[in-house]
Amino acid sequence: MSSLSLSALSSWVRASAIYRSIIRHGVADTNRNRSLIVFENIFLHVHPVKVREKTLKFSHTYWLGGITLVASLVLIATGILLMFYYHPSVPQAYRDMKELMFVVDNGVFYRNMHRWAAHLMVLGAILHMLRVFYHRAYKPPRQFNWVVGVVLLLITLLLSYTGYLLPWDQLAFWGVSVGTNMAKEAPLIGKPLRFLLLGGNIVSENALLRFYVLHCVVLPAVFLLFLSVHIWRIRKDGGVQGPPEQDAHDEVEP
Amino acid sequence: MNQVPQPLTPVESNDPITIPKRVAMVRPETRPTLRRREETWVMTFPHLIIREVIMFQVVVIGLALIALLFNAPLEGLANPLETPNPSKAPWYFLGLQELLHYFPPVVAGVVIPGLVVTALVVIPYARINLVAGPLWSGDRKRLTMGITAVVSAFVLLFSAFQCWAIVVPTLIVAAAMFLARSEGNGHPFRRFLSAVTLPEWVMTWFVFVATILTLIGTFFRGPGWSLVWPWNMYPPA
Repeated sequence: MSSLSLSALSSWVRASAIYRSIIRHGVADTNRNRSLIVFENIFLHVHPVKVREKTLKFSHTYWLGGITLVASLVLIATGILLMFYYHPSVPQAYRDMKELMFVVDNGVFYRNMHRWAAHLMVLGAILHMLRVFYHRAYKPPRQFNWVVGVVLLLITLLLSYTGYLLPWDQLAFWGVSVGTNMAKEAPLIGKPLRFLLLGGNIVSENALLRFYVLHCVVLPAVFLLFLSVHIWRIRKDGGVQGPPEQDAHDEVEP
Repeated sequence: MNQVPQPLTPVESNDPITIPKRVAMVRPETRPTLRRREETWVMTFPHLIIREVIMFQVVVIGLALIALLFNAPLEGLANPLETPNPSKAPWYFLGLQELLHYFPPVVAGVVIPGLVVTALVVIPYARINLVAGPLWSGDRKRLTMGITAVVSAFVLLFSAFQCWAIVVPTLIVAAAMFLARSEGNGHPFRRFLSAVTLPEWVMTWFVFVATILTLIGTFFRGPGWSLVWPWNMYPPA
């Protein structure tokens, strides 16, 4: 019954009109097909078809930007799952935490994963920034991408900070109270800004709702916007920049 | 036989195999698409993609293991009438909260974070960050005086606020900067130190101070923001 073997099935699927309408290239047996895999795929085509071999070394970037990106993908995935069980109201928000921990299947796992991935994202972003600084990878033409990166770091901190309030436990309430009291001290704009952020003069139900909308809609949208610019510019500026090379001044063919 | 050398004729071509030598005038700020050295290129698929997939899996599996082993903290229902002592911001703001202990709120909460963000944004636009060589390759006498003046000013300023958590790291970094003046006995570490540039010294000082402040704020501050050991942070009521 050779017609039922796995490889026969695989070739039958690959030869079918439906498969060929989705994946329009053959298996990766030639460099042409390997190229097509990259540039016929919307998710991979941010990559060039070929990369410099030295950029694959672990110490070139320590993968810190990539790790931060993966942490943010994990956060989006687990965050959407958590949203199904969460009401941004007092005291239901806190009860939802208890539900997640003791009633919902795998709720405690997804909540844990969301929390630890958030810490990883903040830490990863900081370490990525330090790596880029010490490798002097902010040099022209990458100046503006460094600035985009600083904006992304600030958005990351804001995302983490707005998420901190959502469980509505003592840790959340007082952590956010301490932070927003600091914002109050900014001259002129401090108090109005705090009022706008909290929807009142103290951390209350209004603040919970505002932080929820910021955390789940506004900040992720702004984050994805800047993230696309950040990643697109890496490609445009010649790929990831590792440690400084010797005679960086005249790298160009004389 | 005295052969007259052929005059050079410019040839225009798009075919690098028949006309392999090309002349390019490239300004320093141009995109680095042309490089001096021959480099090895590999196909993105599979070489890069497989590494990305492995990195993705390592991070997700690592996070899943941590999530299985450690529960995210959850305390009692928020109660505006009952202030925990100490009440702390998330860890990445504890450096700032620690500064709040030494400086007026407008300095710790607005001026210093504002300066840090501004300094970060201007890094790639400040000339010193693009051209700096090893610190002591410049005029040594002026450098000695300059560094001494700046470090003394910082030490005096922060001592006035009794902020030893900044004074001590500043003095340690200053000592390392002067240690870098010579390669000493040629030990690899001394050679490494003497190659550090001024921007790297400044960033290292900043990271050092920020780490110390965050660690103190996280582990060594108890009731009334008093200095305590980590195991005494919440004394029994």
